[in-house]
Amino acid sequence: MSSIQATDLTGASLGTRVGSGIRSVLTSPKYGPVLVTAVLFAAVFVVGGIRYEGFFSGQVFLNLLVDNAYLIVLAVGMSFVILTGGIDLSVGAVVALSTIIAASLLQSGWSPGVVIPLILVLTSVLGLAVGLMIHVFQVQPFIATLAAMFLARGLCYVISKDSISITDPAFVALAVTRIPLGGGLSITPSVIIALVVVLVAVVVLHYTRLGRTVYALGGSEQSGRLMGLPVARTKVLVYVISGFCSGLAGVLFSFYTLSGYSLTAVGTELDAIAAVVIGGTLLTGGYGFVLGSVLGVLVLGVIQTLITFEGTLSSWWTKIFIGGLLLVFIILQKVLTARRR
Amino acid sequence: MTQPSPAPVVEMRGISIEFPGVKALDGVDFRMFPGEVHSLMGENGAGKSTLIKALTGVYGIDAGVITLAGDEVSFTGPAQAQAAGISTVYQEVNLLPNLTVAENIMLGREPRRFGVVDWRRTRRRAAELLEGLNLEIDPNSLLGDHSLAIQQLVAIARAIDVQAKVLILDEPTSSLDADEVAELFRVIRSLKEQGVAILFVSHFLDQVYEICDRLTVLRNGKLVGEYLTDEILRIDLVQKMIGKELTALDELEQRARSSVAAVEGQDVSDPAFASARGLARRGAIAPFDLDIAPGEVVGLAGLLGSGRTELARLLGGIDRADQGTLVIDGRQTKLRTPRQAINRRVAYSSENRRSEGVVDELTVRDNIVLALQADRGWFRPIPKKRQEELAQSYIQALNIRPANPDALVRNLSGGNQQKVLLARWLAIAPHLLILDEPTRGIDIGAKAEIQKLVYSLAENGMSVLFISAELEEVLRLSHRIAVLRDRRIVADLVNDDLQVEALLALIADGGGDGDGGGGPEDPDDGPGGATTDAPPEPSVPPGGTEPDPTPDSTIDLSGARR
Repeated sequence: MSSIQATDLTGASLGTRVGSGIRSVLTSPKYGPVLVTAVLFAAVFVVGGIRYEGFFSGQVFLNLLVDNAYLIVLAVGMSFVILTGGIDLSVGAVVALSTIIAASLLQSGWSPGVVIPLILVLTSVLGLAVGLMIHVFQVQPFIATLAAMFLARGLCYVISKDSISITDPAFVALAVTRIPLGGGLSITPSVIIALVVVLVAVVVLHYTRLGRTVYALGGSEQSGRLMGLPVARTKVLVYVISGFCSGLAGVLFSFYTLSGYSLTAVGTELDAIAAVVIGGTLLTGGYGFVLGSVLGVLVLGVIQTLITFEGTLSSWWTKIFIGGLLLVFIILQKVLTARRR
Repeated sequence: MTQPSPAPVVEMRGISIEFPGVKALDGVDFRMFPGEVHSLMGENGAGKSTLIKALTGVYGIDAGVITLAGDEVSFTGPAQAQAAGISTVYQEVNLLPNLTVAENIMLGREPRRFGVVDWRRTRRRAAELLEGLNLEIDPNSLLGDHSLAIQQLVAIARAIDVQAKVLILDEPTSSLDADEVAELFRVIRSLKEQGVAILFVSHFLDQVYEICDRLTVLRNGKLVGEYLTDEILRIDLVQKMIGKELTALDELEQRARSSVAAVEGQDVSDPAFASARGLARRGAIAPFDLDIAPGEVVGLAGLLGSGRTELARLLGGIDRADQGTLVIDGRQTKLRTPRQAINRRVAYSSENRRSEGVVDELTVRDNIVLALQADRGWFRPIPKKRQEELAQSYIQALNIRPANPDALVRNLSGGNQQKVLLARWLAIAPHLLILDEPTRGIDIGAKAEIQKLVYSLAENGMSVLFISAELEEVLRLSHRIAVLRDRRIVADLVNDDLQVEALLALIADGGGDGDGGGGPEDPDDGPGGATTDAPPEPSVPPGGTEPDPTPDSTIDLSGARR
């Protein structure tokens, strides 16, 4: 746990020294919400550790990653979009579409080596179409991605109404393999993939002009244009990235469930958005970190775990907690940005 | 020329730009010298921004030659101009508050290594640039945490990183306070020493005289002249900007005088309809006192940006005052919305006829009944027949052409649109009518009609606050004139044989000796001097010399009352 916090701080301070007083950091719209989330995550983990035997273990933490690898990838893609001030409602449906394409193609004997790249290309192209719609026709991201959501969900039913299980040996192998970390701890390949995605996203966002332009877009599109930044290209590209991440998340999800089903991942786009917002990214764009979004996913996960450990509570309590958290975080963001104005 | 100077870095000769129906620039010459601050002066519509846009490649030119450092250039876009060394800092800071100062300076030009941004070098470069401007701020701090002035300076740092030979500052000081302006000027001076040619546009004369070496005056798209700041008096400059022959004052004014003289002799006990004490809004207008009596026309004189409109907007409830008191019709009022102003029978007719005035897509009739309908509430629609009557009577009274209530307002000429707008406000029978530049950009005939209308409205007891860039017009119509300069009222004069020269002197710098009395006065120090000496009575008609063009207007007013 502490390692995650440490990573987060390094990520947060890339290109900046925190230094100048904890107070100013805590009240900055840039770092404040992320730090609050980090503290929250630690607190929930500690509370769980005190209340329940066996909670405070490395494997419980690693299982957060194992269970939520797909959501981490989704949240990374969503972070790009939200950082520009946009939104992508299509990701849940695209995850479902990816699982069902994977399952049905594997069922008809395609090799996973073809199926997975194909899915990634298809979902990226869908993202491209959405991005172009938003940029060229000036459609609101909300509407454009809503349309994409219905399209993707509808396509699922065209492919199959029923759940298709995945039996391809290579796929199953990827799904069940456990990579031992020593000390009885282990993770799945999905976790590795998710962490690689996170790493790449951090580098892109903080060390490339594309990444900085993403932040610039969230700050002010108009200013970005006057400053001579490639506004149009970047705006389209974030939806391609989100599409790609949705496809990849779909693949990871099908590792996790070993099936493809039209009705799967309903509402997952909202989980991803919640994770990004709880992770400290401003919904209006311009402020936020990918590592914050990862932290957001972990907060969602740890609440879920806590409720599982509690045993007597229905899993719907997760939703109630998340709802409350979201409210708190959105108000926090409002306060922080208002103070800065 | 006037001083031994090196070759100009920018030379524009015979620049003409034509927009459909308008000659925006007509054979204008303009030059800039390295190490010199040059100011472009002129009132609204003089062609300043068009000239800047021609230089920065936003507009193509129809005729003329632009040379930069001796080479003829023709830019097809701002990016090209920037690459050639012409950088522009706009009035609004166009930077990104969510990123660091360093990034804002370097974004899009960050040094890179192996394809990734080299933050160390980026920050070092930014720090160097800031140091070059003597700016001691942390390049790693968020831009949004700094004041507007610092942000403006950061924008300048970004601009000069592109090896600027020419730096254009378009109204950089409009949102800065005195200390911030001083900071900006310090930077401008140091850039000047480095040999950068700076184009400085500002409406503040004091600032122009403080920082600029050379002035070019434009008027109506034509060049009036180029002057060295040291060699032109403020009053001459203002005269050249406004461009009036100050010899003969026309007949109408004489009539106004006589009416004022008559007013002067009257009982002074009549209370003002609206009276402001220390009313102010930060960044818009300094605390001012102003009284407007029933039947009185109070004119506001001052250059663009002097606070004319800002003052009017406070009285009209468009902007909220943040200090001072306003008494309307004997009751102290805080106007928060235009709606509240309208309820107190104060109507504000905006200078932005198209964007804040008429509704283009609606008919003349719809436009005329709009305010009245809003005032009644939307659940009590004005009967169609009544609408028709209203529209017809105003079309007649104001001589709106075409005389068709169903014509779309967008198809009307500017003057007729203005009349429709006037009719809209007259329909709610205001007691105070605020007219912000009602005659701008309309033809002579319509102008005269509107002036006459203002006359007769005041005759019938309405208070009018009249704003116009044309001093003659203000002098002609007003019983009293408040002169504004740099966002404060510097004089409040009874229009008793006032001369344009006196007004000009006051506008140019409060030091002039206006012969109407009431020289420059501090608007903060209690009740204004001249305001106390005669709140005039409802004006006596300007004699039989004035044929009343609007015999019906009074009928309309009473008819429209709720």
